[in-house]
Amino acid sequence: MEKTIEKVIKIAKKKKAEFPESYILDIADASIRRELSDKELETLIIKVRKAYERSKVEAGEAVGTVAAQSVGEPGTQMTMRTFHYAGVAELNVTLGLPRLIEIVDARKKISTPTMAIYFEEEYGNDESFVKKLANKIGKSTMNDIILDLNINYIDMKVEATFDVAKIEDKQLDFDEIIEKVEKAFKKVIINDNVLSFEPPKESIRELRLLADKVRDLQISGAKNIGKVIIRKEDEWIIHTEGSNLKEVLKQEGVDKIRTSTNDIHEIETVLGIEAARNSIINEALRTLNEQGLTVDVRHIMLVADMMTNEGVVKSIGRHGISGEKSSVLARAAFEETGKHLLNASIRGEVDKLTGIIENIIIGQPIPLGTGSVGVMMKPRKRKGGR
Amino acid sequence: MTKAAKIYINGELIGTCDEPLEFVQEMREKRRSGEVSEEMNITFYEDNNEIYIFNDPGRARRPLIIVSGGVPLLEEAHIAKIAEGELKWDELMQLGVVEYLDAEEEENSYIAMSLKDLNEHHTHLEIDPSTMLGICAGIIPFSDHNSSPRNTMEAGMTKQALGLYASNYSFRTDTRAHLMHHPQTPLVKTRIIDATNYDKRPSGQNFVVGVMSFEGYNMEDSLILNKSSLERGMSRSSFFRSYESSERRYPGGQEDKFEVPDKGVRGYRSEEAYRHLDEDGIINPESYVTSGDVLIGKTSPPRFLEEIDDFGGSGERRRETSLTVRHGEKGIVDAVLLTETVEGSKFAKIRVRDTRQPEFGDKFASRHGQKGVVGLILSQEDVPFTEDGVVPDLIVNPHAIPSRMSVGQVLEMVAGKAGCLEGERVDGTPFNDDLEGEVKQALLDNGFEAAGCESLYNGMTGERIEAEIFVGVAYYQKLHHMTTDKVYARSRGPVQVLTRQPTEGRAREGGLRFGEMERDCLIAHGASLALKERLLDESDSYRAIVCEDCGMVSVHDKIRDKKYCPICGESESFPVEIAYAFKLLLDELKSLCIFPKLVLEDKA
Repeated sequence: MEKTIEKVIKIAKKKKAEFPESYILDIADASIRRELSDKELETLIIKVRKAYERSKVEAGEAVGTVAAQSVGEPGTQMTMRTFHYAGVAELNVTLGLPRLIEIVDARKKISTPTMAIYFEEEYGNDESFVKKLANKIGKSTMNDIILDLNINYIDMKVEATFDVAKIEDKQLDFDEIIEKVEKAFKKVIINDNVLSFEPPKESIRELRLLADKVRDLQISGAKNIGKVIIRKEDEWIIHTEGSNLKEVLKQEGVDKIRTSTNDIHEIETVLGIEAARNSIINEALRTLNEQGLTVDVRHIMLVADMMTNEGVVKSIGRHGISGEKSSVLARAAFEETGKHLLNASIRGEVDKLTGIIENIIIGQPIPLGTGSVGVMMKPRKRKGGR
Repeated sequence: MTKAAKIYINGELIGTCDEPLEFVQEMREKRRSGEVSEEMNITFYEDNNEIYIFNDPGRARRPLIIVSGGVPLLEEAHIAKIAEGELKWDELMQLGVVEYLDAEEEENSYIAMSLKDLNEHHTHLEIDPSTMLGICAGIIPFSDHNSSPRNTMEAGMTKQALGLYASNYSFRTDTRAHLMHHPQTPLVKTRIIDATNYDKRPSGQNFVVGVMSFEGYNMEDSLILNKSSLERGMSRSSFFRSYESSERRYPGGQEDKFEVPDKGVRGYRSEEAYRHLDEDGIINPESYVTSGDVLIGKTSPPRFLEEIDDFGGSGERRRETSLTVRHGEKGIVDAVLLTETVEGSKFAKIRVRDTRQPEFGDKFASRHGQKGVVGLILSQEDVPFTEDGVVPDLIVNPHAIPSRMSVGQVLEMVAGKAGCLEGERVDGTPFNDDLEGEVKQALLDNGFEAAGCESLYNGMTGERIEAEIFVGVAYYQKLHHMTTDKVYARSRGPVQVLTRQPTEGRAREGGLRFGEMERDCLIAHGASLALKERLLDESDSYRAIVCEDCGMVSVHDKIRDKKYCPICGESESFPVEIAYAFKLLLDELKSLCIFPKLVLEDKA
């Protein structure tokens, strides 16, 4: 196999074929399977090269417009405002057009961040391990682990009793809880399972506020993560409401490869821009497929490439790609006409008329397709001259 | 502790009441006895303990028979009296037998659909289930067998149907009016049709309909019409348009004048345009006119007095302000009406009539939301015919039925056929289920198949068509969307003054917009030069001369044949082909104190 691969690479180089790695492997594989002779292998490579080059986009093709149309047309069929329960019951995830808009707008705060946490092989079927982690990640407040909360107006106290069974069920550490409670409230007396809190000032208002505060005190869980749902598909998976990729990836036993979030910006900060690009592709494609629409990945890949090619995730629109075009006319034609014209006139900008929109505005053939080529004359020198 | 119920009259809080149920009941009794206006409706909402009384105009209300203890108050004796004409509707209300409920009070009532559903809990009985339908939906026979979207569509479409819209049409001068020539009453009627006197103002005709595909000319809801039927007057209609004009008086004692304008008048049309005018400047009835022909010759005084004419004098030159036939329309002058305005000046109305025989693209619809446009007009000899020699007036495509589930149409066709054979009209009121047997029997008695299918023979070859074809009689309406009103094309024509782009709209002989999405398509195809041709050469191409020094559009003085730049003076300038809209943009930028410069380069 190794040998064949090398041979294929050599011939390909000789025939000036630049193949991606998978092609080389495929050709080598075929060569072994069919027991090709050297000559046959060469013909195969030439044929593959031809097919490969033919399938490439030609120069001057309006890939952007075609991508926009290919995503836009199915988009019209999407039902506006779909809030569906995506696979996971009781977990609400934005889908459909609103989600697609969210992706291309590169929103900093997405409406429903969610994570899918997978586990490494040895833990994948270990229910108790998964549950323990879920409780560690998932948000629990005092409200979840107390039996009863009583506001004592006479003694100006808030009294609570721990529910030991619940704490055990959630596999929480009792000492840790007490530590957290003591850290959060200064005037607290802990007597076994019974807690009593005192307000900073003796007033009914303060007392009530204190009660709410006690109830909402977070005992465990990663920041930004709310509800956690454990589901068994082929293996145990945790779905979360809210997302904190960095913390989750730190946990032991979590599969760092498959675990993901739908927050593109978070992926960008934690894993980098390439991961963000992949995430844009995956999220957009999933949203479209969910609606039963098929759009070729390459269109979405182009969108993702445009959004990430400068190293940060940019949105499509006024504050992103369209707003950063070099041409004044193109920017003015899109949005905020006055602003762009004014700034351009202050700076004395020159429009080089290299784009499509500018050339349409002034009425020239656009530099695309048939307009992207010109004729160059190379006058043959006559002997002796004229 | 129960709080007192709040009482609202027409949405305004008026007072409270401790025993809401008793109060509401008492009010209703009073309404029925006539003590309180029968237009009052009262509702008690138990969940929020509020009583609503309404007596304002604009509520939709409907009549119901009052039920007491499971027995309707309308008795056989009443019905007998009504039949004899002794008892009137208003008297029934006075007797407290029927009452009108609004949408609010319906919430408090339990209404039985029919007598056999009635039990002691019911408060009202439906007069007939079909009273739930309005005028438009009530026209649909067997609407209980149709899918609801189709009924909704039909309720919208009946309003567009041509018919006898008013019996005094010949004395009217509506700006636009359509009149069907030989409207028929529908063979299959409903009780609502009787109640609304639809038969006196019908808007359609009974067509013999064959359901088959025919050479593909009725694909996608198009229709095939029998040419001979059309020539016999089927679906023929007239279109009336009225024009009006008056001799206006202007301050300064001048006024317009109806006359055949002299050749010297400013804006004089060709002599041909005035050929139908009588001496008084008004056209004669029954003259055939086409667009651009003058109906009323009129001249107006010059806009500015003491205007200096070509010869330096200030001779008054009147303007031509004649009234002409609209662009794209034609017809025969139907009526000329001459009166005077309130101010006492001459005033004329002219009605032009145009006969419309159905043509390709005219829109038709049955009463089941089955609309389509004419796709083929076939000579009678080519239309398939039945064993008895009956030739359908219309052939519709069978694919129009199953996916839309307008079963009502199928039933109407069978019932219509049976009605034809029996020589009587059929009652197709919805929620009346015992008709099927009668119809089937009628068809069988007359030697037809009960399902309504027949074998047809190919009109062209005479061969028997293998499949059985469903033939029946359905009521079809001609809708007022007609080809002649819509066909349009333009090559060159008028442009707007400001942008020099073609005008918009058919009435202004405008261009057809090549919009943003169409533009995107050409971009996507990389058809660069085709795009330039659409957006520039065919639209607002402009040859601007640009000053080499300052990059602004310079001036060409045609009289002296000299080019100069308003800034640099006698500098060299070059012609550039740009869109006039772009030149306008440059001008507007200048007016915003932005100085756009064009940097010229040799064409690559």
